[in-house]
Amino acid sequence: MRFVTEFRDPAVAARLIREIGTLAARLERGRENPIAVMEVCGGHTHAIFRYGLEGLLPDIIEFVHGPGCPVCVLPMGRVDDCVAIAARPEVIFATFGDAMRVPGSRKSLLQAKADGADVRMVYSPLDALALARRHKDRHVVFFGLGFETTMPATALTVLRAAREGIANFSVFCNHITIIPTLRALLAQPNFGIDGFIGPGHVSMVIGTAPYRFIAEEFGRPLVVAGFEPIDLLQSLLMVLRQLAEGRAAIENQYARVVPEHGNAAALAAVAEVYETRPTFEWRGLGSIADSGVRLRAPYAVFDAERRFAVPDIKVADPAACRCGEVLTGALKPWACAAFGGACTPDTPLGALMVSSEGACAAYHQYGGMRGAA
Amino acid sequence: MNIPFDATPRRPRRVSQTTVTLAHGGGGTAMRDLIEDVFLETFAGVAHPPAEDQARFDLLALMTLGDRLAFTTDSFVVDPLFFPGGDIGSLAVCGTINDLAVGGARPVALSCAVIIEEGLPVDTLRRIARSMAHAAAEAGVSIVTGDTKVVARGACDKLFVTTTGIGVVRAGLHVGIDRARPGDVVLVNGLLGDHGAAILNARGDLALETTIESDCAPLHDLVATLIAAAPGVRMMRDATRGGVAAVLNELAEASKVGVRIRELDLPIRPEVSGFCEILGLDPLYLANEGKLVVVVPADEAPAALAAWRAHPLGREAIAIGAIVAARPGRVVMETCFGGERIVDMLVGDQLPRIC
Repeated sequence: MRFVTEFRDPAVAARLIREIGTLAARLERGRENPIAVMEVCGGHTHAIFRYGLEGLLPDIIEFVHGPGCPVCVLPMGRVDDCVAIAARPEVIFATFGDAMRVPGSRKSLLQAKADGADVRMVYSPLDALALARRHKDRHVVFFGLGFETTMPATALTVLRAAREGIANFSVFCNHITIIPTLRALLAQPNFGIDGFIGPGHVSMVIGTAPYRFIAEEFGRPLVVAGFEPIDLLQSLLMVLRQLAEGRAAIENQYARVVPEHGNAAALAAVAEVYETRPTFEWRGLGSIADSGVRLRAPYAVFDAERRFAVPDIKVADPAACRCGEVLTGALKPWACAAFGGACTPDTPLGALMVSSEGACAAYHQYGGMRGAA
Repeated sequence: MNIPFDATPRRPRRVSQTTVTLAHGGGGTAMRDLIEDVFLETFAGVAHPPAEDQARFDLLALMTLGDRLAFTTDSFVVDPLFFPGGDIGSLAVCGTINDLAVGGARPVALSCAVIIEEGLPVDTLRRIARSMAHAAAEAGVSIVTGDTKVVARGACDKLFVTTTGIGVVRAGLHVGIDRARPGDVVLVNGLLGDHGAAILNARGDLALETTIESDCAPLHDLVATLIAAAPGVRMMRDATRGGVAAVLNELAEASKVGVRIRELDLPIRPEVSGFCEILGLDPLYLANEGKLVVVVPADEAPAALAAWRAHPLGREAIAIGAIVAARPGRVVMETCFGGERIVDMLVGDQLPRIC
């Protein structure tokens, strides 16, 4: 596979790991705490585990797995809303595959499907629109989920539905935006993260400029990274270099994909279709101002939330869940009392056990030899 | 006046309709016509005469093949019915032959039960029956008994097929999932994940253009080749649902050993790797329908690999790992540049990740 294998070259990895080791040894002097680097994106969490990166790095370096798994941070009440919409006889509920197993307070979409709801797995919102064209006697609801990565595709689908005058299609919009959440995390007292590995796909859309406050106001380095192991190692090295030189800047390791100013066409579609919600609830983190979007008034007919009176009841996470502490790096997944016992990928209690991109699920699946075993 | 019985011509035993209806399951002439026209005619040569309600076997003849009977059953509900590299018919025959073969048995006979959703084109059924007959004949196995049911639209999806098979286990051969020992070697007979990728792609909603075909094949001959070359073989499995990862995990647990595999040694064709990259899937969990995972003592591994590589179904055979004493019950993979990770069982299906 060209353009993939180059980024998994063991010789290049070995050289990067040596450089990281040298730099880490230098940073370790006079330091008590580990060097904590948060990878914001769930895709990065997945890659770190899939390639076993943690085991290759010096002990002083600690990855903290951030809030960038959209499936994980979806609150249970919103899943209940999905189930309620999907249960309507006229509705075909179209969703990305990994949202199917997310538990609501009573059931997941997978269970709702077994109970008779017409839930279909799609790979793109355009597939959902195609379903609406094929089933004119039904109403197709697309479960819009994800950060800026998936936001433009949903927006473009809504624009196309409007252009084609498709009346039996709407979006249950749960798109979220990462910047306000990073700000909320950074503003916490004793936030012990030394630097960030920034999300590659989100940045492909929004560019690198929106992260500047992280360096300018909070003095933390952030390096936007690709998803291959070499990308991650190189980005980590770039973060460590900044720390060693006492700098804090926004740097772009993923320049082959991420332009400085993002994707203008995608941003235009996003601005046309969505408006910011006053607040949005994140599972494990609570309500965060300006962190979610919904459809703007001109597209109200495509808004499933306005079309169906969704219950929108807030459901608290089980008391045993300490997902918020894991998300902020205060607690390691295996140190949670529920980990591997009451909370497993089979029967997830908390957000982070839900998707393979969640930190707890990743430790459970890939890293069972560490900590918990 | 008396009409002589002989004046009424005997109905030709042919299906005249183009689609299967509930009448074809009703026990009357329509059902008899369907069975005789579509199945018996097609299975002629591989099927026994239809006269009785059960197949009968000569025990003494069976006993010349080995010392134990092997018996297995499997249901097939694949969607779509036809896919690159095979169809539900060839899959149903090969799948059951393979389940017998990996126990060290020589497959002898199969049954074939079908549940048909009304409205299925008769030609579709005919194509599938022909495919089953072809697969059975190629494997030298007879389809000796069967059953046909027709259900109302929506009560099943187009066609479900159940095959049951019997075979005879070679005398003195003992293989089992609990027999792996530290020091043994894990072999596979070729490229992994083709069937799973071909099926996902054949469903058509991915709109990816690939040439990936199912690896659906009967493996009894490959098993015979292995046993001749490596008589000490500990365990054989065909890596179907859950892929190689599921087999290795069952093995680690049952044998109370660790399994250590190397990512760089996993034989995966570039199209399948690319397919998995795009969808966020792991080829270790993709289904195969023509792949054996076997454990052999280290000193027999070179002979086993050489014998397999001389066989058309084993040309890409390779050792993917070893049985170790460390971390019993766990499968650990050395990643492509020396990292380590656990390869666990999946909870359900692999679901594509959204980003």
